[in-house]
Amino acid sequence: MATETYLNAGRRAVIEEMQRDDAVWALGEDLGRGGVFGQYKGLQEMFGVDRIADTPISEACIMGAAVGAAMTGTRPIVEMRFSDFALCAVDELVNQAAKARFMFGGQMRVPMVVREPIGMWRSSAAQHSQSLEAWYTHIPGLVVVAPATPADNLGLLKSAIRNDDPVVYLEHKNLWALEGEVPEAEHLVPLGKADIARAGDAVTIVTWSGMRHGCLRAAQTLAGQGIESEVIDLRTLWPWDRDTVFASVRRTGRLLVVQEAVSVSGFGAEIAASVAEALHHDLKAPVRRLGAPRIPIAYAPALEDRARVGDQAIIDAVLGLVAPCPAD
Amino acid sequence: MNDAHNLDRERFGAVLTLMHRIRAFEEAAIAAQKGGLVLGAIHPSIGQEAVAAGVCGNLQAADLMLSTHRGHGHTLAKGADPLAMMRELFGRAGGTCGGKGGSMHIADFGVGMLGANGVVGANIPIATGAAHGLKLQGSRQIVACIFGDGAINRGPFLEGLNWARVFDLPVLFVCEDNGFSATTRTRDMTGGAGAAARAQSIGIPAEEVDGNDVLAVDAAARAAIAAIRAGKGPVLLHCRTYRITGHTAVDPATYRPAEEVEAQRANCPIHRLRAVLALSGMDRAALQQIHDRAVQEMNAIAVQASETDWPDPAAAFSDVQDMGDPRERAY
Repeated sequence: MATETYLNAGRRAVIEEMQRDDAVWALGEDLGRGGVFGQYKGLQEMFGVDRIADTPISEACIMGAAVGAAMTGTRPIVEMRFSDFALCAVDELVNQAAKARFMFGGQMRVPMVVREPIGMWRSSAAQHSQSLEAWYTHIPGLVVVAPATPADNLGLLKSAIRNDDPVVYLEHKNLWALEGEVPEAEHLVPLGKADIARAGDAVTIVTWSGMRHGCLRAAQTLAGQGIESEVIDLRTLWPWDRDTVFASVRRTGRLLVVQEAVSVSGFGAEIAASVAEALHHDLKAPVRRLGAPRIPIAYAPALEDRARVGDQAIIDAVLGLVAPCPAD
Repeated sequence: MNDAHNLDRERFGAVLTLMHRIRAFEEAAIAAQKGGLVLGAIHPSIGQEAVAAGVCGNLQAADLMLSTHRGHGHTLAKGADPLAMMRELFGRAGGTCGGKGGSMHIADFGVGMLGANGVVGANIPIATGAAHGLKLQGSRQIVACIFGDGAINRGPFLEGLNWARVFDLPVLFVCEDNGFSATTRTRDMTGGAGAAARAQSIGIPAEEVDGNDVLAVDAAARAAIAAIRAGKGPVLLHCRTYRITGHTAVDPATYRPAEEVEAQRANCPIHRLRAVLALSGMDRAALQQIHDRAVQEMNAIAVQASETDWPDPAAAFSDVQDMGDPRERAY
């Protein structure tokens, strides 16, 4: 094990997969200077300008070109800079990449990874802070991944690059500097498998991406009060790991879903509805979800914070779930 | 003017055959739609066959081509099987896409046809990226990207052409200008001098050509493709033609005067090529036989398609993606 940042773990995944497979290449804005956050630092020197390709500020063409390049036998890694900017390329991702395999009757595949950094990060305001993962989970044909730790960013990105269908890969901007233990040997994390980040029996907290860390902090605090929470980091949102979540909820009888995204129509609704439908008789309390209010994300910290699900809100929600039901 | 006496009669006899086959395919499809056999919309290219034949006739089998919602002609010209195409229009098993795509999403990767597209202009970035992928792999193949006049007013036209120039990619962009953006005249919606001028402004050589003169399209496409194969990067051809039918087969297109359409019928690219071939000494009976055989072929194909089974309903759940159950929480 070595200590590595979340950012460098992703960089290492790209290096290892590009060394392993000549068909893998990356395209996006500013990659020759390392990319906007340094995820590609030094890679153009290692792999050349053809395989670490600087592109025009043309999100639609970056995404569309990747579709065409994937159809002709390469495995592009698309860098969208901010997930917000990927909205300029929705047709290319949703109508083209996601549908080509099915629409053309399985004649070909579109193996591409779309890296779209998400999340709130230091006063970045409404167009550089969003978490839109739920949109992508709604689209047949896409795999949706949201890593929360350095080891997972390494292992999931490597698995995503090896996947033969388009993968929307959502790194969280606030985690770039996060350090963690990362295996030095080859490390692949299977897509579609959740991680039980903390075991517990009182309540199941399902989360992903940046909120994993808030949930773990809240669980630590709650443990001091004798409440053991099980924190499940989904890691992959489509397909999500129903087996792990259902097994946990069957044991705890209580579910809290915590997401950074706007709660309304967020992916948490899918988890909550699935559990409510399938496990009604195992539940000791109604399912709960926490997410952002339905407001654009503001610039000033005092305003930006109103969009955040704080640790206290998680603690309060868990306390509400484990409180004895009033006598009926 | 083309010199009819020096015409390669064998070659252009084959071009005439292809154009008649395209016309006959679409007329059979329109008739089948009236009979309830074609379930979705079809966008005929009747009157535009010279673009398909003139461009695709100069591509090699290994070259790639991307088309539009009005793409039957391009697809046939690239070598796709008309029976599989007709089955696709009929939504039957054995269609080019197994009945999953229909007219607007016909693709046949086996002949280098990387897909029609239901979104105007969406094929431009994909074609550009296909050429990018080929170049990365050291391939000698080129990519032809055919789009309509309406596409030049979409952002992906600018993004794709700029990209192809920046990376010097082997792409032939073909603006098949039939005068209409669906039901609106494109000239009323377009600033400046149009496709060729826009291409030239970003450094892409461009040429305007009479898109109803297949000899002119053929010559221009041949020259452009030679330049692209020589490594000179992208070229754009702006082919001016005319859409004889409405936007779809059921659009009566009453937004244009009947005299205009009649004048354009007289300018039909098939009639024009027949006249040139006749002048070159080709036998009138031989010319008629080319037409008749095409009609017989496509009518027989329509019958055969109508006798084909529907796809297995389970196919609705296949080829979505490897991971996850597409039926989760459904119904």
